[in-house]
Amino acid sequence: MLAIETSALQKHFADTKAVNGIDLNVATGSVFGLLGPNGAGKTTTIRMLATLLKPDGGTARVLGHDVVREADKVRAKVSLTGQFASVDEDLTGQENLVMISRLLGFSWPGARARAKELLEAFELEEAAGRQVRAFSGGMRRRLDIAASLVVTPELLFLDEPTTGLDPRSRNQVWDIVRAIAAEGTTVLLTTQYLEEADHLADRLAVIDHGRLIAEGSSRELKRSVGGSTLHVQVADAGRHMDALQLLRGVFGDEVQEDREAARLSVRVAREELAPQALSALAAAGITVNEFALSQPTLDDVFFALTGRAAEEEAQKEEAA
Amino acid sequence: MSNGSMHKVLSSELRPAPASAISAALTLAWRAALKIKHVPFQLFDVVVFPIMSTVMFTYLFGGALAGSTDAYLQYLVPGIVVQTIVFLTVYTGVGLNTDITKGLFDRFRSLPIWQPAPIVGALIGDLMRYALAALVVLAVGLLLGFRPDAGVIGVILAIALMLVFASAVSWLWIIVGMLVRTPESVMTTSFLLLFPMTFISNIFVDPATMPGWLQTVVSLNPVTHLTTAARGLMHGTAVTTDILWVLVAAALVTVVFAPIAMRMYYRER
Ligand SMILES: Nc1ncnc2c1ncn2[C@@H]1O[C@H](COP(=O)(O)OP(=O)(O)O)[C@@H](O)[C@H]1O
Ligand SMILES: [Mg+2]
Repeated sequence: MLAIETSALQKHFADTKAVNGIDLNVATGSVFGLLGPNGAGKTTTIRMLATLLKPDGGTARVLGHDVVREADKVRAKVSLTGQFASVDEDLTGQENLVMISRLLGFSWPGARARAKELLEAFELEEAAGRQVRAFSGGMRRRLDIAASLVVTPELLFLDEPTTGLDPRSRNQVWDIVRAIAAEGTTVLLTTQYLEEADHLADRLAVIDHGRLIAEGSSRELKRSVGGSTLHVQVADAGRHMDALQLLRGVFGDEVQEDREAARLSVRVAREELAPQALSALAAAGITVNEFALSQPTLDDVFFALTGRAAEEEAQKEEAA
Repeated sequence: MSNGSMHKVLSSELRPAPASAISAALTLAWRAALKIKHVPFQLFDVVVFPIMSTVMFTYLFGGALAGSTDAYLQYLVPGIVVQTIVFLTVYTGVGLNTDITKGLFDRFRSLPIWQPAPIVGALIGDLMRYALAALVVLAVGLLLGFRPDAGVIGVILAIALMLVFASAVSWLWIIVGMLVRTPESVMTTSFLLLFPMTFISNIFVDPATMPGWLQTVVSLNPVTHLTTAARGLMHGTAVTTDILWVLVAAALVTVVFAPIAMRMYYRER
């Protein structure tokens, strides 16, 4: 059974075609990334799938249930972590989790025990008694995700889970998402970063102006852009030409050089060749200051797919 | 993240049946009570003004308006409690709007619970807030020399009547809370109605001293009837017509606005 199955899904707001005919198939047990710039229609899609918005056209089935006719059944099986941390700022972290646990049917002692477990697992014990208002962005996000896991859902929606987080918090959220997926929960996450989708998602779809413009594994998408870029900086500028020869040997002729900085860069269609290049450099006794693969960004993908840069659709973020 | 504890929480088989309608509403009322505990400032905020106006009106105009400050206090305090509670109803709309803009409502609505629970829970929580504010203002009144002739029972009945009226008015602000964009605009919008409603009434001054046309306006204002009824209940001189007037007005407001509010709530945003 597919976890999510949509056909020609549509949602219009006045004259904005927020979601304009999306066909999506998400396999059970996978992590699926919905990638797109601000205003692409990611949140609107997720809100329809989580039964918060009624589609204007098309159909959507989540875990086998129609999102309109069987909304209750869908709600019983999914959890949503919205784009903006949806926890009560006036309450403490512990109280927020007790509240959600109670709503999901736990007894008072059961709710307190569940809250404690979750606070431990999400490294929020120390902040448990503090009002959420005083939480950092990363803590708030972790609490928000914890609230979605009071009862382990079959499907978890994560809307831009790391936007606005510092790198450390972002890595923590990534670890959480991996742990959730490892337990068998299907995850649909949205992101503006190809890097994030690449790290987390088995498959991803690129959306723009409410339409799917590409779908596949991140490897396939990156390949459509021409792959990652390898940057090498040679420690001894005198060995610069040797390094250039070696890289050409591995990757072909397309190595670009910046002689001043003794830097070389090359588009890498097959990333598995990178270690080969590194050993070749080492074998030749060439030491490097930098040897880094940089991923193509959403902008690169966009440019490759549409021939234009990813533009911001929304003038300002829609909180609604 | 410690993988062990993460695995433990995620592999939990605990899957109780979701809370019943009553239990969900009570949990959300508990949430409202926690807010009063954590943000008592919000409550002080709304009682400071009534207390200040009580003191000011009593000592500035009390003698002129009622012969003595003491006599005026007996007249004024029940009305001030009414004013306090009527103004507090705005926070129902403000709280709702905050929950919507913060995304908390999305979370509630995506849970497999009785869908009106967040609204009903908030209303129950608000009743606690109204009662608490009424008690604070009354306590200050008692300190200043307010002596309700009908004693505790009369005061309790008066507050109960105010709560009935206030929960009816709350539906109005629930609608406003869903219509406007920010919590601040809920405030501004509602004050446009609440200021005239509380000031063009008999809370501060006996309408007998007012020009005829104003007397008519005052006598049509439900707040006037609520104040008369509250005064009567607290001092043991209650008139049944005023109490009935309030109950009917509350019922009408609820019957008209609650269904509109619920329909808007069910409608998507
Ligand atoms: N409630 C709404 N009313 C009107 N327009 C909306 C509403 N929600 C979203 N939109 C518009 O729909 C488009 C898609 O928005 P959204 O789904 O939030 O995009 P994303 O999540 O990808 O940033 C945007 O142009 C946005 O302004
Ligand atoms: Mg969004």
